[in-house]
Amino acid sequence: MQSPESAISCRQAWKLFGSDPRKYLASISSQHTYTDISGDGYIAAVRDVSLDINQGEMLVIMGLSGSGKSTLVRCLSRLIDVTGGSVFVEGQDLAELSERDLIELRRSKMGMVFQSFGLLPYRTVLENVAFPLEMRGQDRHARRERAMEVIKLVGLDGREDYFPRELSGGQQQRVGIARSLAIEPDIWFLDEPFSALDPLIRREMQDEFLRLQEMLAKSIVFITHDFDEALRLADRIAIMKDGAVEQCDTPDKIVLSPATEYVAKFTEDVDKARVVHARVLAMPIGEDDATGAPVDGDRTVRELARQLLEETREKIPVADRHGELIGAIRRSEALNVLFGGEK
Amino acid sequence: MSIASAEKSIGAITFDDVRVGQLIVAVAAAIALLRFQLPDFLVRPPDWLVWPFADWINFVFVFLKDDLGFIHVTRSIASVVEWFLDVTGNLLYGRNRWPRIGPLPWTTVAVTAAVIGYALNGWRLSLLCGGTFVWIALMGQWKWAMETLSVIVVAAPVSAILGVVLGIAAWRRKTVEKILNPLLNIAQSLPHFAYMIPVVVFIGVGPKAGAIVTMIFAMPPMIRMTLLGMKKVPPEIVESGKMCGSSSWQLLRHVRVPTARTEILLGVNQVIMQCLAMVVLASFIGMPGLGQKLLQLLQALKIGRSLEIGITIVLIAVMLDRCSKAWVVKQPKHFERGTPWHVRYRILVAWAALAVATFALSLLWPLADEIPRRHALTVSKEADLLVDWFVRLVDPLTQWLRGFLIRFVFIPMRDAYLWLPFISVLAFWAGLGWMVGKWRSALVCLGYFGLIAMSGWWDRAMITAYMITFSVFIAVALGLPLGIWASRSERRARFVLLVCDTAQTFPSFIYLIPVVMLFGVNDVAAIGAVITFALVPFTRYTIEGLKDTPPELVEASSMSGASAWQQLWKVRFPMALPTIAVGFNQTIMFSLFMVIIAAFIGTQDLGQEMQKALSSTDVGKGLVLGLCVAFMGLMADHLIIRWSDSRKKALGLE
Ligand SMILES: Nc1ncnc2c1ncn2[C@@H]1O[C@H](COP(=O)(O)OP(=O)(O)OP(=O)(O)O)[C@@H](O)[C@H]1O
Ligand SMILES: [Mg+2]
Repeated sequence: MQSPESAISCRQAWKLFGSDPRKYLASISSQHTYTDISGDGYIAAVRDVSLDINQGEMLVIMGLSGSGKSTLVRCLSRLIDVTGGSVFVEGQDLAELSERDLIELRRSKMGMVFQSFGLLPYRTVLENVAFPLEMRGQDRHARRERAMEVIKLVGLDGREDYFPRELSGGQQQRVGIARSLAIEPDIWFLDEPFSALDPLIRREMQDEFLRLQEMLAKSIVFITHDFDEALRLADRIAIMKDGAVEQCDTPDKIVLSPATEYVAKFTEDVDKARVVHARVLAMPIGEDDATGAPVDGDRTVRELARQLLEETREKIPVADRHGELIGAIRRSEALNVLFGGEK
Repeated sequence: MSIASAEKSIGAITFDDVRVGQLIVAVAAAIALLRFQLPDFLVRPPDWLVWPFADWINFVFVFLKDDLGFIHVTRSIASVVEWFLDVTGNLLYGRNRWPRIGPLPWTTVAVTAAVIGYALNGWRLSLLCGGTFVWIALMGQWKWAMETLSVIVVAAPVSAILGVVLGIAAWRRKTVEKILNPLLNIAQSLPHFAYMIPVVVFIGVGPKAGAIVTMIFAMPPMIRMTLLGMKKVPPEIVESGKMCGSSSWQLLRHVRVPTARTEILLGVNQVIMQCLAMVVLASFIGMPGLGQKLLQLLQALKIGRSLEIGITIVLIAVMLDRCSKAWVVKQPKHFERGTPWHVRYRILVAWAALAVATFALSLLWPLADEIPRRHALTVSKEADLLVDWFVRLVDPLTQWLRGFLIRFVFIPMRDAYLWLPFISVLAFWAGLGWMVGKWRSALVCLGYFGLIAMSGWWDRAMITAYMITFSVFIAVALGLPLGIWASRSERRARFVLLVCDTAQTFPSFIYLIPVVMLFGVNDVAAIGAVITFALVPFTRYTIEGLKDTPPELVEASSMSGASAWQQLWKVRFPMALPTIAVGFNQTIMFSLFMVIIAAFIGTQDLGQEMQKALSSTDVGKGLVLGLCVAFMGLMADHLIIRWSDSRKKALGLE
């Protein structure tokens, strides 16, 4: 059914919008394209998506506006029910959870930052951030303390008594982030959480999330339109188009071997050298070649650029972070990645 | 979108449908012309068509009341309401009931009102609130005003809470909404008196009956606004509430209801205004207070005194309206951390200090506690003199107008309406219905008017219809130029709109004062009141419609060299027509309400019968009459709104 280490796994999930989506879904085959479906008056927001998000992994979802990213995340959190297929969270089928269990799951395990913030307009920043704690039934003092902590973390201290309409867009977004941080959920859904932030704070927030994930092994689903952000954060990237996941893989693989025309186009402008790591290019070594000092497999081609240019060996050995040899890269191939040019 | 292309396609209604409708109207006219050849049963609704609805309703009511013992339920509800009324009655005008601490000194009440006004919207509102109570006290109307307010203080919150609960129920369950919707439609077009008779049957007369009828009457808008607000809560806010782990009760309590705050408070505003309108009218079922006083004074033609009471009612209306509207727009504001509590709660502190001060003052100086009648000011003598002088001045004109209207307009018009064969009236409405919405609307119109024919009150209904036609015609003839004139300049528009908005908050009863003053107690006065009352919404919507013409259209037409007149008739007016139609609809509704109220100063229509039903507590008759009025309103509403919607679509306004 699903591998034990996956925090979330979704199997052939569909979400159709229209008059009677379930009946319609039963009547079509999986060969139906997006246009076929819209021809029949339905919107295929999520189309036959199968994904696994591993424990402690950060999966970034990318895709054009309207490609179904938010809808997919809503299916994963069961804010909306899937039309077909199923979603498992830590081995439990979400569709089979009772209302009560679902609430419990959300209180104890899940957090979400919304694309349009979703703040409660008649509560102060502090009350908004403390809201999930209040729902869990924590007492007033504990929740105030915890809320102040995260408010400080997102740099809004001094503003805790403001109302959302008294804040700028970026500040409101940070309230949303703080609210989801307050309960330190194991599974985190972040729908363009940094879209309204200035570059500086954005970077700080990214670091904060990386730190948390590293430290507490959170499983995170992250939506963004910003490829640089995706690269910084992602363990894997899923690229969506018209509701379907075109490719879901590590950033290296996505730029090196795009599965479809669309993915290739999507990553066209990306500087591959900054994405591709030495270890990915490494090939198994025979006895003769690849001698001398190895390079660090966790470094990108861009970071190795100087060495690559000055290098005289055709094959360069690559070691992992423990110093073990894992293979060798071909210098010409690495230079191709660095300068573009055909593979 | 150009006007020319809009002309061609009026929504889904095609040219042929309009033709069919016109044909039916033509047939209706032909039937009317052939009246003398028609068999009798096509002229007057024949006996077999008149169903004894009233008897059925009475039967049901008797069954409910006596056989099911429903009266015990209503009586116990009434005694709970009475307990609350006793408390507020004791506090406000010293009714001898628990908690026996009242009456509060008038100065205390006045400063409390002033502080509430200040808290809601600063000094100006504070002055209005405080000033209103000072006026009431000085004019020696304290007891009556407090009798009226003590009911509102109980009825408005109860009505609002019940309305919110029902609104939420309707939002949760589609079936509840489906059941409530037509009921609310009828409830909101039933004339005030139709509510009173069942209440008299189940509760009796007096303050508690007045309070209960007020609660029932004021509830529909609250239900509507709550439902609207709940539907408008942004889904993302609900989702974020869900993801925070709210249960569905928490979601409702902490997320949805607070987010729907604006709509709910707008509902509260409407509830308060409806309460005031009803509580004044409830004098007809023995509710003491300002309304009763006004009724007596008007019937005794004491114009000066009734003017004083009228001013009080108007002041209270404006005060309640401004306060509740200020509450709607009031947003919470934060205090910086470390603000001491007496700054945080400075208004509360100020109120407590003022209340204690006035209380102490009232112990030392009796006039600060209560102003007895002999010390009260009055301007009634001066007002009477002034009014007398004015009435005498315009008397030739009003005399002439009265005579002219009755002889040459009212009587011929009434006779013509009564002369019309009922079958051709039905066909006429069906034809109009067909024009706006094919056979469906034709059937709706036929249904409404058919039921009126079957009610047995055809003649009375036609008299009501003629008065409505005449009043609405005059209201339009006056309101349209007024609206056009006002919409020509921003300042004028703002001023006239302000006047209209304020006038709309007055309880309908108030409109009777000036017409009785000018014309005395007769049907010219009644129609005068209806016209004045109906003029307000029409003017308002005309201005709003004309003001909101898309500016690019106006510019385009000036560029193509249209004169001011051409611009008005060719561009602005057609664009404004859908909005004006909505105003027209309200004009009809308002006229219907007012015609029934005005009945007690002399008309012979449904309203007069309604008064009779009220005094003999004939529920069946009262409700049948009320429904006749409601059906006229609902039919007009259907026709106009359908037409206006399709028009708006055609003009690309929505
Ligand atoms: N409640 C709904 N009813 C009908 N259609 C919907 C609904 N929600 C989403 N859709 C449709 O589903 C598709 C996917 O929407 P979604 O919000 O998931 O896009 P997105 O990838 O998050 O876009 P963006 O980057 O702009 O946030 C869109 O075509 C949208 O119109
Ligand atoms: Mg989205």
